[in-house]
Amino acid sequence: MSLTKDDAEKIAHLARLHISETEATEVAGRVTDILALIDKMQSIDTENVEPLAHPFDAVQKLRPDIVTEKDQRDDLQTLAPLSQDGLYLVPKVIE
Amino acid sequence: MIEKTVAELSEALASGEITSVELTRAYLDRIALHNTELNAYITVCEESALEQARIADEQRAAGSTLPLLGIPIAHKDLFCTKGVLTTSGSKILHNFISPYDATVVERMQAAGAVMLGKTNMDEFAMGSSNESSYYGAARNPWNVDKVPGGSSGGSAAAVAADLCAMATGTDTGGSIRQPAAFCGITGIKPSYGRISRWGMIAYASSLDQAGPLCKSAEDAALLLNVMAGVDDKDSTSISLPEEDFTASLNESLEGLKIGLPKQHFAEGLDAGIEAAIRNAVAELEALGATVKEIDLPNSDLAISAYYVIAPAEASANLSRFDGVRYGYRCENPVDLEDMYKRSRSEGFGDEVKRRIMVGTYALSAGFYDAYYRKAQKIRRLVKEDYARAFEEVDVIIGPTTPSPAFGLDSIKDSVTMYLEDIYTIALNLAGLPGISVPAGFVDGLPVGMQIVATDFAEAKLLNVAHQFQKVTDWHMRKPILRNAASQQREA
Repeated sequence: MSLTKDDAEKIAHLARLHISETEATEVAGRVTDILALIDKMQSIDTENVEPLAHPFDAVQKLRPDIVTEKDQRDDLQTLAPLSQDGLYLVPKVIE
Repeated sequence: MIEKTVAELSEALASGEITSVELTRAYLDRIALHNTELNAYITVCEESALEQARIADEQRAAGSTLPLLGIPIAHKDLFCTKGVLTTSGSKILHNFISPYDATVVERMQAAGAVMLGKTNMDEFAMGSSNESSYYGAARNPWNVDKVPGGSSGGSAAAVAADLCAMATGTDTGGSIRQPAAFCGITGIKPSYGRISRWGMIAYASSLDQAGPLCKSAEDAALLLNVMAGVDDKDSTSISLPEEDFTASLNESLEGLKIGLPKQHFAEGLDAGIEAAIRNAVAELEALGATVKEIDLPNSDLAISAYYVIAPAEASANLSRFDGVRYGYRCENPVDLEDMYKRSRSEGFGDEVKRRIMVGTYALSAGFYDAYYRKAQKIRRLVKEDYARAFEEVDVIIGPTTPSPAFGLDSIKDSVTMYLEDIYTIALNLAGLPGISVPAGFVDGLPVGMQIVATDFAEAKLLNVAHQFQKVTDWHMRKPILRNAASQQREA
């Protein structure tokens, strides 16, 4: 599978990454090299193999639905680039 | 004193031969002397370390016998440490002071360890050389023009250069074992689920596992005793009966069945490394072990499957870095999308962005079956290869890496770098435990031997490694460090 410059731009958008016109070509090339390594997988027939998502086929454990965390909003918001009155501030979304 | 193992330091502290404050001071002095050259630490916590050491000395005077009381440790910079900068080697977290401690950090603290600082690493643990760190590459203490390996390269360099007594690391595809091999120390990747991942900044959640980097297998057992255990905060940590990993260190290797995978002694392996590993295996045979060749037919597909699964999981995990709640935000965003895109593009390094791109592609509409699902099927085949092998043998042994530490800036393309992990990566897919122990030298650079056991058989690994270290002294060899002052004199 070989990636075009347009593919690279589309994937970058999906991943919310900014790439310039000139970068797009280089990124497409480098990702194509990685995909060539990955594509060796297609050399083997896995028709009747069950996928393994977790090394021990474990399933998600559930815990009782009770509140265990205390409110740490003020502490955690000190880490934010911009916050005010308990809210995270971002550029205007709605005109 | 600083060159001693944790086991030896515990005795020296218990007997009053040295205090934790004296010991901590000695490591801090050595860090001051050598860290500029080695770049092993991103953050050094001088004041809090001396304070923790003073408390440890008080606790000891009051009769405490905590297992790691007063022993100085370094944590890889992806373990969250409350009130201390935690960067994961990335610009995007250049200002992240963690509001909480990782479970591993908490357990080390509860065991009495003194935190010296946070060690350098490849950005978000994505790399095999430490060169992708935003904070500059750590250097190999055996030759500062060589890489220390990665991603836990700072931890490995710090242990090898006696800039700490012990360190933590994480291993997603070889990130404990490969730097341990390159730096001539002992590093173990436990079974998946053995140690809590809570507070570890995630790379690939179904593969990531924490473990210790240390000066001997006995130390690795002591540290594993503290680190291992189920944690309610990590639903993938596994509940197992409590185990003392030092209990079986001294068991005889008489009758031990060793498998040598033919794929790990094939084309691409450095001849000097092969000779060192075969010599090491002969040492184990002299201790009563028997050896046979085994087949891991899907070995070469493991790396392909890994580079789907790990980037796919990384692309999801790293979506949390959005410039809103913590970390780097770009200057003057014009709108929300511009803020996301530029914060992430300016905050992440090239290799991280590449892996996010590969992962996003593999998970995007129309490609899921061909990539992610296919990789998970191969993951099962890899696991089955090992399961079949362990019906015949107790441990699997081979080289940890195909070549010794390579030169800084010598590998330019991603794929060549990925192939450095060719012998280590399958274990993460299969969830198996593996240890790298020093087994010789090639051109003055350390060689690592990887020992692999079946699920949750870490005690067996440590037993074999400890018995090997009783009859060899590779793990006791020390690099000769130069410091800025002596270099200036030479110039």
